[in-house]
Amino acid sequence: MTGIVGYGCYVPKRRIKVEEIAAQWGENAETLKNGLLVREKTVPAKDEDSVTIAYEAARNALKRAEIDPQEIGAVYIGSESKPYAVKPSATIVADALGITPAVHVADYEFACKAGSETVFVVYGLVKSGEIKYGLGIGSDTSQGAPKDPLEYTAAAGGAAFIMGNDNVIAEVIATYSYTTDTPDFWRRDGQSYPTHTGPFTGAPAYFHHTLNSAKGVMEKAKMTPKDITYCVFHQPNGAFPLRASKMLGFTKEQFEPGWVAPYIGNTYSGCSLLGLASVLDIAKANDIILVTSFGSGAGSDSFIFRVTERLEKVRNNAPLLKYYADRKQYVNYATYAFLRGKIKMRED
Amino acid sequence: MLTIPRNWREKPQRYMLKGGKCKDCGYTMYPARKVCPKCHSENIEIIDLPREGKILTYTVIYSAPEGFEDFSPYAVAIVELTNGARLMLQIVDTDFNNIEIGKKVSVVFRRLFVEGKAGIIIYGPKAIVED
Repeated sequence: MTGIVGYGCYVPKRRIKVEEIAAQWGENAETLKNGLLVREKTVPAKDEDSVTIAYEAARNALKRAEIDPQEIGAVYIGSESKPYAVKPSATIVADALGITPAVHVADYEFACKAGSETVFVVYGLVKSGEIKYGLGIGSDTSQGAPKDPLEYTAAAGGAAFIMGNDNVIAEVIATYSYTTDTPDFWRRDGQSYPTHTGPFTGAPAYFHHTLNSAKGVMEKAKMTPKDITYCVFHQPNGAFPLRASKMLGFTKEQFEPGWVAPYIGNTYSGCSLLGLASVLDIAKANDIILVTSFGSGAGSDSFIFRVTERLEKVRNNAPLLKYYADRKQYVNYATYAFLRGKIKMRED
Repeated sequence: MLTIPRNWREKPQRYMLKGGKCKDCGYTMYPARKVCPKCHSENIEIIDLPREGKILTYTVIYSAPEGFEDFSPYAVAIVELTNGARLMLQIVDTDFNNIEIGKKVSVVFRRLFVEGKAGIIIYGPKAIVED
């Protein structure tokens, strides 16, 4: 049996409300909140980045996996906010967790599905017997330009998953990926903020790939939405995944436990994985979980998991997402702009 | 500022909170030293330090040294870990009103220093007060 043996999450403590950003730009907060279905988002501290977030999430995953870090044969981080353009993030995390040196390490990029990619790849390596355990992490301090609609949702957070063949807490039943070249969102080299194509990010990008990937994995597993206990989708805002779940025929009860964007925001590479962590925080043995990520450019990875009895034994080894979600320190727009490097300080 | 080679050498203490324990008198230290400062024994073993402790004393820095201006004002505390080892850590994510002697803290992994826009980023331990 191959699947998840440990999972962990982390989101920063600071938050900014949609009202605060809307007031800065003279926009209507209620209209934005009703359209995006996002109330507030996480903001990283000045000393937090995608490496520190990945570390904290992975440490929590190790606590639940109850394994020797030296048994991990691969560490991959998916992110679109790497602190270095050239120098791996995953070496820092692998070293700090005591996993190095006999380990394969790499950074992944595929917009918001870079995190699910890492889980997809370590799952394959573990299943093939090439490695005993593999650690896949999605972590981001997402960028959104001032006054861009993305600024209301681009957040910070991450989740980590250790895959293995024994002591599994959620077995992989099926995987499926759906990918085309669709330029809906990108960030050119050297640019501080991403560019997106407005409505084009919806139907031909997010919905086309998400729906086809979710349908593909259910077909592969010979399942329908009625067989699924919980569904999780990528959450660029709160509205897109809700609509996708309805289009696929899922109910509110299946969807809401993994719907984290309304109170966390869009954590890019961490987003669908945080949704999965949120579901694992409450799932019971034999529950079936569908996860479908989405990365602009564009593609979706899907997984169907079956929860085992071990989940309940190790769940409380590390903080639940609710613990981090309930820790809040609200900031105003000026502080947010400073923390996100949007204010020009002294010259370095 | 730390040089890159020195930071690289000190990774065990910064990344993994490795400390030392004197096998003769039991004194725990951060970072590990070659000679026990208490009994002068050279019989030191490297140990993983616990990530929980309490504040022994603290101060708030308003006039930050070069490289730390972005963090000011910030709190720095001497923390005693649960095994007795003492170390100085910046307290983060905590209102100054909530920092008190005796309060429990946990060690977290953060950026310690960023060498300008093109230089190295140094990571290591800081602490948060547990509510």
